[in-house]
Amino acid sequence: MTNSLLGALEIAMRTDPGLVRGQNEDSVYADCDHGLAILADGMGGYQAGEVASNMATTLLSSRLEDAFKAGAMQLANRSSEQALAQQTLIEAIATVNSAIYHAAADQSRFGGMGTTLVAAVFCDDQLLVAHIGDSRLYRLRGEAFVVLTHDHSLLQEQIDSGEISAEEARYSVNRNLVTRAVGVDPDVEAEVHIHPVRPGDVYLLCSDGLYDMLEEGEIQHVLEMFGANLDLAAAQLIQRANDNGGEDNVSVVVVKVLREFPVASGRWAKLWSWFR
Amino acid sequence: MGKTLVMVQIRKVKAMAKLILSMDGLVLKEIPLLKERMSIGRKAHNDIQIDNMAISGEHAAVVTILNDSFLEDLNSTNGTLVNGQSVKKHFLKDGDVIELGKYKMKYLAVPTAPGETADYDKSMLFQSGPLPDVATLGDPMLATTPQAAAGTAAPPAAAIQLLTGSNAGRELLLTKTLTTLGKPGTQVAVIARRPHGYFLTHVEGAKFPTVNGKLLGAQAHCLVDHDVIEIAGVKMEFFVKS
Repeated sequence: MTNSLLGALEIAMRTDPGLVRGQNEDSVYADCDHGLAILADGMGGYQAGEVASNMATTLLSSRLEDAFKAGAMQLANRSSEQALAQQTLIEAIATVNSAIYHAAADQSRFGGMGTTLVAAVFCDDQLLVAHIGDSRLYRLRGEAFVVLTHDHSLLQEQIDSGEISAEEARYSVNRNLVTRAVGVDPDVEAEVHIHPVRPGDVYLLCSDGLYDMLEEGEIQHVLEMFGANLDLAAAQLIQRANDNGGEDNVSVVVVKVLREFPVASGRWAKLWSWFR
Repeated sequence: MGKTLVMVQIRKVKAMAKLILSMDGLVLKEIPLLKERMSIGRKAHNDIQIDNMAISGEHAAVVTILNDSFLEDLNSTNGTLVNGQSVKKHFLKDGDVIELGKYKMKYLAVPTAPGETADYDKSMLFQSGPLPDVATLGDPMLATTPQAAAGTAAPPAAAIQLLTGSNAGRELLLTKTLTTLGKPGTQVAVIARRPHGYFLTHVEGAKFPTVNGKLLGAQAHCLVDHDVIEIAGVKMEFFVKS
């Protein structure tokens, strides 16, 4: 009995270079059956950003899927299960960080590369979110549209310290400075949180190319209007960002929760495994 | 480990340097240095046109090779200053302020990929503490928004008039960026208002809407004046308000 998510989630994703950049340094990954959604926004010149973000999504997804297969998510009770899932995620990110860091150190053309990362793992009616940098995760629940991640960026620090208001931040020229990134140091600290999930929730992972071009109210509007058709919602978000100038690469992963997905715990899980 | 990381600022390489054009402390425009050579001048053919009498027809040019940018004054009448000094040719450094008449352009460089530059970037940002620019940008409400900077054009005003059903005759102005039509759960389509027109897209339901009797495909359909849409059994006409 692994993460039983068949039919629990619907996911659509899309990435686009935008209208100004020559290349796409964003990378997205999603796996409905394992409840996994990952988005990375690379940095570093001359294709290095592409390499970093691709390494992040590819390596992290394969590490996590190995962990699921190994039955890491199968444990006696809910709290220890959560703790293990959290630990698995943090360890997987550490592995990815060190792989990118070493690739950058070994090959001069990848020097200085790094990437932001936001990863969502759906498991046992919970959402485990890890993030590093300024890629975000939003949640639409009913009429409430909230951001569940807190950017690791200079701008966010300025907002937190009261130096500038959130409104002023929209016009800041310092929008592209991040204070944490994957692959630039031997170690990285991922911020990890757990949120309870409800059927009907819509989650959005996105790069700054979306929220810099589109106001949050507009993003919410698109998700509400196109909630019945996630592929269209994803396409529409990218189109809107490009209509507004498309100054950066734009990427989105939209996840809709269709039903509850509790893990049959304890002895039920063990019993279940006999029949498999 | 965490503490040192929070102190470190990593500039996300945005692939290109840019100029921030301002006058009297008001930011007018953010100009990415998209081309190898960007000309600045009063005449319309310039890449960066500044329509002001104090600016020469062909005033100056910025030449960018990889991550290095050079500013060259093209024998302009009133000259070009960088950080208060008159220049003919100048190798631009991050934060340099170019002055042409009453206009100022701040040059924001892109750090290069290699590790040394990243270190330089980190230490520089760390020492300078909070970046000074935000306060000097002037009234943020007057600065151009990303949307406005991109020059988003609005399409002409348009509306939908219901032709059949209990609300026949009623008109619905398409003022919002997205307008839903139909019955949720049965058949829903959305009209998206975009800079270059109005686009009808099927969202939900097994039955697709028709436009002028033709079934709509999965692709968005660009509506033209007097198109007749049928959705969830109701006919309606799209028309452009003159």
